Amino acid sequence: MKTIQLSPADNIVVLAASLPAGASFEMCGREHRLPTSLGLGHKLAARTIRAGDKIIKYGVPIGSATCGIEAGEHVHLHNMKSDYLPTFTLEHGREFHGTK
Amino acid sequence: MSVLLASAFWRADGRKGIRNTVAVVYLVECAHHVAREIQHPFREQDVHLLGFGGCYPNEYSHRMLSNLCTHPNVGAVLLLSLGCEGFNRKDLLRTIRESGRPAELLVIQETGGTRATIAGGQEWVRKTLHELESGPRVPMSLEELVVGTVCGGSDGTSGITANPGIGRAFDQLVGKGATCIFEETGELIGCEQVMASRAATPELAGILTASVTKAARYYATLGHGSFAPGNADGGLTTQEEKSMGAYSKSGSSRISGLIKPGDTPRAGGLYLLDVVPDGEVRFGFPNINDSAEIAELISCGSHVILFATGRGSVVGSAVSPVIKVCANPETFRNLTEDMDVDAGRILEERGTLDDVGEEIYQLVKAVARGQKTASETLGHQEFVLGYKSFEAIGPGCHPTYQ
Repeated sequence: MKTIQLSPADNIVVLAASLPAGASFEMCGREHRLPTSLGLGHKLAARTIRAGDKIIKYGVPIGSATCGIEAGEHVHLHNMKSDYLPTFTLEHGREFHGTK
Repeated sequence: MSVLLASAFWRADGRKGIRNTVAVVYLVECAHHVAREIQHPFREQDVHLLGFGGCYPNEYSHRMLSNLCTHPNVGAVLLLSLGCEGFNRKDLLRTIRESGRPAELLVIQETGGTRATIAGGQEWVRKTLHELESGPRVPMSLEELVVGTVCGGSDGTSGITANPGIGRAFDQLVGKGATCIFEETGELIGCEQVMASRAATPELAGILTASVTKAARYYATLGHGSFAPGNADGGLTTQEEKSMGAYSKSGSSRISGLIKPGDTPRAGGLYLLDVVPDGEVRFGFPNINDSAEIAELISCGSHVILFATGRGSVVGSAVSPVIKVCANPETFRNLTEDMDVDAGRILEERGTLDDVGEEIYQLVKAVARGQKTASETLGHQEFVLGYKSFEAIGPGCHPTYQ
């Protein structure tokens, strides 16, 4: 499996090539099997991440884990969220203009 | 001073272009068909179609068309008016003529309707193309070149290959005195602090940060960030993740200033183009699509546009050539004919970031010397212009020029 760690501080790696469903790979000394196919550019946890931990890419936080994530798991919309956008949600925007 | 090309197109206002385009410009949607019919037979002879669809006047769109019609790549302009729209056609015509460019205005209601206007317009274009052939040519240096950058159809590879590759090319260009412009403050959300630390002055740092805050508020009000479904399909999860990738297009040079659509930097360096309108949210999304952003970069004088794409955009633009830098090697194989640079080869160990940066830098120079880009070869001439409102920039926005 080809992955890239963009910064030493990162807790995710980026797939450098697409992987088919069922592909097996090693991460943190353990064998993993991918439940679904993943395109290149997607992220895998490089270590165990606890709920609320920052997801670190390029050495900076790009959001937070919304649940515990095992090393080797796909990291995406289902288990992480933006730290920034909640401050500026649709509801907030409507409130801002007072036109709920 | 290093000569970039020996024979740039010299305009009477002193500016230098790398293309010799005739712009056919409709001033309201009602004149669009006539303008398109005039332009169509000449579309492979550097005759481009642009315009503004709205009937109500708008300072921003007037300024945009004024700048685009007097862009250094534009040699002559034919304006098409229906006759009753709000656009101040006489003012625009005067601006273009004062720049020394041949210009004509045809008002459909006064020219006998569709067929007669098309015939008259085509005759003018034919005559003008002939005249432009013998226009003066002069040497042009890298210091006189303006390069803009945009990304579109981003995915998880964009921030690793194409965007930082463009950043490397920008560093080289800025180092040699060229003017480079990056944009899209809505896609810098989360990067404002690191970006502000590169500002030429503390005052500019505050202005850069404020521009991103303004963008965040604007998008919040609209209820949608600058994030499309394809971004998530391609592995991007959050706005700040997308931002980090987009930000890397700017390279590592000092940031010399902040400009708004229609502002032309007066000295070389790296500039942030703020495309988010000022004041209350009035006219909708600041970047309705990539083409609208490209038009804004060109309105600031960009001779060439560097376009980073991961999912695979195929667009080009009216007025200035667009170089497509493909971040994703799978996309490149799928859309090879539409792409100029295979930046995704970094992921397959067929090149380094420095190789890609150097290739982009060399290609910018080759395109300036006349080499056609993929989108030019395929006839792409997209153009989009809508309504916006801006306040003029203050002196703190351009501190390096006194």
